[in-house]
Amino acid sequence: MKLSKSQVLHITNLARIELTENEITRLQSLLSETLEYIDILNKLDLKNIVPTSQITGLENVWREDRIGETQTLTQNEVLSNAPQKENGYFKVPLVIAK
Amino acid sequence: MSKLPNQLTIIQALSGLQQRKFTSVELTRAYLKRIAQVDKKIKAFITITADYALKQAQKADNIYQKNPEKIKAYPLLGIPVSVKDLFSTKGILTTAGSNILKNYTPSYDATVIKRLKDAGAVILGKTNLDAFAHGSSTEASDFFTTLNPWDQTRLPGGSSGGSAASVSADETIFSVGTETAGSIRQPAAWCGIVGLKPTYGRVSRYGVIAMASSTDSPGPMCKTTKDASYVLQVLAGRDKYDSTTSHQPVPDYLTSLNKSIKGLKIGYAPEYFSENVQNEVKEAVQAALKTLEELGAEIKEVSLFDPKYAVAVYTILQRAEVSSNLARYDGIRFGHSVLWDKNYAAKNIWEVFEKTRAEGFGEEAKKRIMLGTYVLSAGYYDQYYLKAQKVRTLIIKDFERAFGDIDLIVGPTSPSVALPVGAREKNPMFGEMEDILVEPSTIAGLPGINIPCGFYDNLPIGMQIFGPQFSEGKILQVAHAYEQETKWHKRKPKL
Repeated sequence: MKLSKSQVLHITNLARIELTENEITRLQSLLSETLEYIDILNKLDLKNIVPTSQITGLENVWREDRIGETQTLTQNEVLSNAPQKENGYFKVPLVIAK
Repeated sequence: MSKLPNQLTIIQALSGLQQRKFTSVELTRAYLKRIAQVDKKIKAFITITADYALKQAQKADNIYQKNPEKIKAYPLLGIPVSVKDLFSTKGILTTAGSNILKNYTPSYDATVIKRLKDAGAVILGKTNLDAFAHGSSTEASDFFTTLNPWDQTRLPGGSSGGSAASVSADETIFSVGTETAGSIRQPAAWCGIVGLKPTYGRVSRYGVIAMASSTDSPGPMCKTTKDASYVLQVLAGRDKYDSTTSHQPVPDYLTSLNKSIKGLKIGYAPEYFSENVQNEVKEAVQAALKTLEELGAEIKEVSLFDPKYAVAVYTILQRAEVSSNLARYDGIRFGHSVLWDKNYAAKNIWEVFEKTRAEGFGEEAKKRIMLGTYVLSAGYYDQYYLKAQKVRTLIIKDFERAFGDIDLIVGPTSPSVALPVGAREKNPMFGEMEDILVEPSTIAGLPGINIPCGFYDNLPIGMQIFGPQFSEGKILQVAHAYEQETKWHKRKPKL
């Protein structure tokens, strides 16, 4: 099952990664190879099998809706790795076009 | 001391420290000296925190000398440790082996780190890994490849390759790594050390840079099984910062260690000894099974689901979870970004994402994000992701059935001994095929250990022992019995 170039471009758009032409071609064949291997799952009978999304058996682990001192970072700590910040905010370029 | 200080185990070092045979500063210095001597050959470390380590060692010595009544409260007081660079360490560079985080300094400690610090351990530095833990050789690190201490033309395995190599080369007393599908056990096998992957949820993932959230498991990488038990005791337990940690109480792993293994039922599956496994590896593990039989265990053949299905399941689930977890690297809040250039004129925020991620991620990360995005996308979710989750159920049930009349399963950890550098280039499924024998147990969230069980051409061969969820006690018991009988762990690489 070979992925088309437009399929790969669609994925790069969803994943928000800009790829070069070379990378696109390379990924096209690498991804197709991987998808071929995965096809062996079609050999199995999966009627009435319930999917597993997690194996802990835990359900809804709650805590009090209260902020404890040890749980929070200061604003400075949170902003400490940001490339651009202003007045205690992360600064970003335009999100919504005019 | 008859041994060089950097060849001690945790237990031996603690004894030496308590008896004032040496100080933690002396011990730490010995390890820093060893790192200075050999790390240029094996390149296990990304960051060495020498000053910080010596400060921590001094604090430990203060307690040994001035407040000895407090020693009991610190189970790892003054013991040097290396940490896989996937654990967030407050104030210390944490890169995940990736360019996209090469400038990232966390403002908090992972729970594993906090527990190590609270126990008095001395952090020597951060070890190399495949970027974002995507790999089984450490070649996918964006910075450099770590080399195997036993033969520097060969790989240490991965993704916790730096951790495994640092323990094997006596650059540290122990290390902590993470496993999502072999990343603790396989490098432990290739480097000839003990690597324990606990039950998923036994050790907190808080502060571990996320890869595949439903399988990531931090664990100890040590020189002996007793050391591994000791470290697990410190790390295990429910954590309020990680709601997937188990509510099961943590047993005492050390008391069960010396119990006889008479009567324990150990299974082996022919499916794990296929023609794809190197003959010498198979022979070593078969000899190990004989040893376990002589020690009183009952050896039984069992049939298990062909591991190749687990590879397909893991490939889908892991890449799907990766595509989600790596979405946070957007160049806005941390890490590499086009916005570090204040003059960069981005048309809009999407451009920041697309270019930052293009520049920061290595090829392997991009591949996995792309495949993960694809299998989760509209129109393909059922065909791939949902199907993989159903097969996951089959694998879990298969193990439940098998463990119905046996206690543990033994098999080879890796299909081969350490491969030469460059092995991963041609094969997009390289990692998965190297991990084929450990993926089924990781998908089912089961605990497993690697212990050395022989050598081929002076390269270590590893054996894995895995069991049902929360069977770490039994696994360590069997591993310990075998280790004490055979003493493979006493052999060291010549560096």
